[in-house]
Amino acid sequence: MKQQDFEARHRAEWGRLDEWLAASARKRPVDDGFPLAYRRLCQHLALARKRRYGSGLVTELNELVLRAHHVLYGERARGESRWLRFLLAGFPQALRANASLVWLATALFVVPGLVLAIACHFDADAIYTVMSSEEVRSLEAMYDSGNDKLGRKRNSGTDLAMFGFYIKNNIGISFRTFAGGMLAGLGSIFFLLYNGVMIGAVAGHLNQAGFAHTFFPFVVGHGAFELTAIVFSGAAGLKLGGALIDPGALRRVEALRVAARDAIVIMYGVFVMLVIAAFLEAFWSSSTMLPVQVKYSVGAGLWVAVIAYCLFSGRRHAA
Amino acid sequence: MSASEPPLDTLLEVETPEGIELRADVAGPVPRALAYTLDLLLRSLILGALALLMIPVGGVGIGFYLVLSFLLEWFYPVAFEVFRNGETPGKRRFGLAVVNQDLSPVRIDASLVRNLLRAVDFLPFAYLGGLASMSASRRFQRLGDLAAGTLVVHRVRRPASVALPDARPAAPDAPLRVEDQLAIIDFTQRHKHLSDARQEELANILLPLTGAQGAAAVSRLRGIGNWLLGSR
Repeated sequence: MKQQDFEARHRAEWGRLDEWLAASARKRPVDDGFPLAYRRLCQHLALARKRRYGSGLVTELNELVLRAHHVLYGERARGESRWLRFLLAGFPQALRANASLVWLATALFVVPGLVLAIACHFDADAIYTVMSSEEVRSLEAMYDSGNDKLGRKRNSGTDLAMFGFYIKNNIGISFRTFAGGMLAGLGSIFFLLYNGVMIGAVAGHLNQAGFAHTFFPFVVGHGAFELTAIVFSGAAGLKLGGALIDPGALRRVEALRVAARDAIVIMYGVFVMLVIAAFLEAFWSSSTMLPVQVKYSVGAGLWVAVIAYCLFSGRRHAA
Repeated sequence: MSASEPPLDTLLEVETPEGIELRADVAGPVPRALAYTLDLLLRSLILGALALLMIPVGGVGIGFYLVLSFLLEWFYPVAFEVFRNGETPGKRRFGLAVVNQDLSPVRIDASLVRNLLRAVDFLPFAYLGGLASMSASRRFQRLGDLAAGTLVVHRVRRPASVALPDARPAAPDAPLRVEDQLAIIDFTQRHKHLSDARQEELANILLPLTGAQGAAAVSRLRGIGNWLLGSR
């Protein structure tokens, strides 16, 4: 069959499919005939290639097939319960499936933190090895018990402004910690060590300088979500790095893709945790109205809840 | 990948379950950089407008501004890639789209991976890392693309169905091989896109076939093309 006859015979059919595809970009119209029409189109493309029709026609059909392919194999909206199931089971399961990396990330964060905390606790000048005297002064001002609000200095800022700040800053850091895993894990390791060192140094120094009664009640609540989330994003980054260093039986690119698929599950959870942390940090932790005992006991409760969640949630539905 | 390396080309072929091969043109660094710049410009404009509107409001406004700027920084591309068929406004302007390696539409997982990993592609500065990765990869993938298994392809703009040139259809004097037939058909169909001088230059190469030079050779070739396409 010559090309022009072929086109004349099927052009109307392609036109209908084209219109249908254009309409389905907005809202998917119901059409049970679509899969059939798609397969016929595939056949037409194969024929057009086999019969060596002109490249204009082949390109046109190829493009139509591509668009139809997108619609046919695209994601269908699934049930609403997906997010709930993820939070109740998917995220903690992903953490437990990568337990060794989570522990490694924890060690990378906690060990330097403890070392610096102890050093800064016993030596009032140790803090200056990691911070300038300017920074130390503003740090001490943040936790001055004369403040009516704790935490970062608030100029005209309200709690909501600080919420925005914590979201932008903390979640950005965790995303970078994750991305750093692409550098053979080194970026993630760096961010874990760096944050461990800084947080440890600050805690040790403030404790030694007599700010313990303002600093610890401030951090204990949101720390349950924030510190763990930093560690988890580090673990997700290490997962990428690990796949690059030791891809096992797969090609490096394949191993990386498989690892990224798992790691991104952890990052969803990290994101949720950091939003909670920012909320707590802005509205709960900063308050000076609440008695210290309340903050400590709620903080302890949150820590227990987060750890129990990571260890036990979703065990029953384990795959 | 097959043992014999395929020729160096930006054409990607993927076989579908229907047993046909889909073809797509992978986009290189230059159009992608242009699209990115446009997106960056758009984002900065939105951010500037937000700053003007919200920062004077004070605390609440600043809070919203910071949250929105965070969302714009990290989720602007994700939102468009997932809900707008892989096309951010910048990509759309330059006819690009993000797709999975099998040319299926990207989903949120892949889109998040490739966009969170921008942080490393950006290193050491100005996306040099991403550029290096694109240059080293056969399919112009930056690091985020490699991890997510995604590609940026050219969305083919539909060729307006070409009017054939009016040349009297005539059979060639000698049987032609398939490749030659295809070349002549393409030549005929692209008669509007090539300059006359270039068409004559090309037609002159085929002196043995057309037995003519210049404009006569061109119209003779077009005639053969029309005949091959089925005009009588």
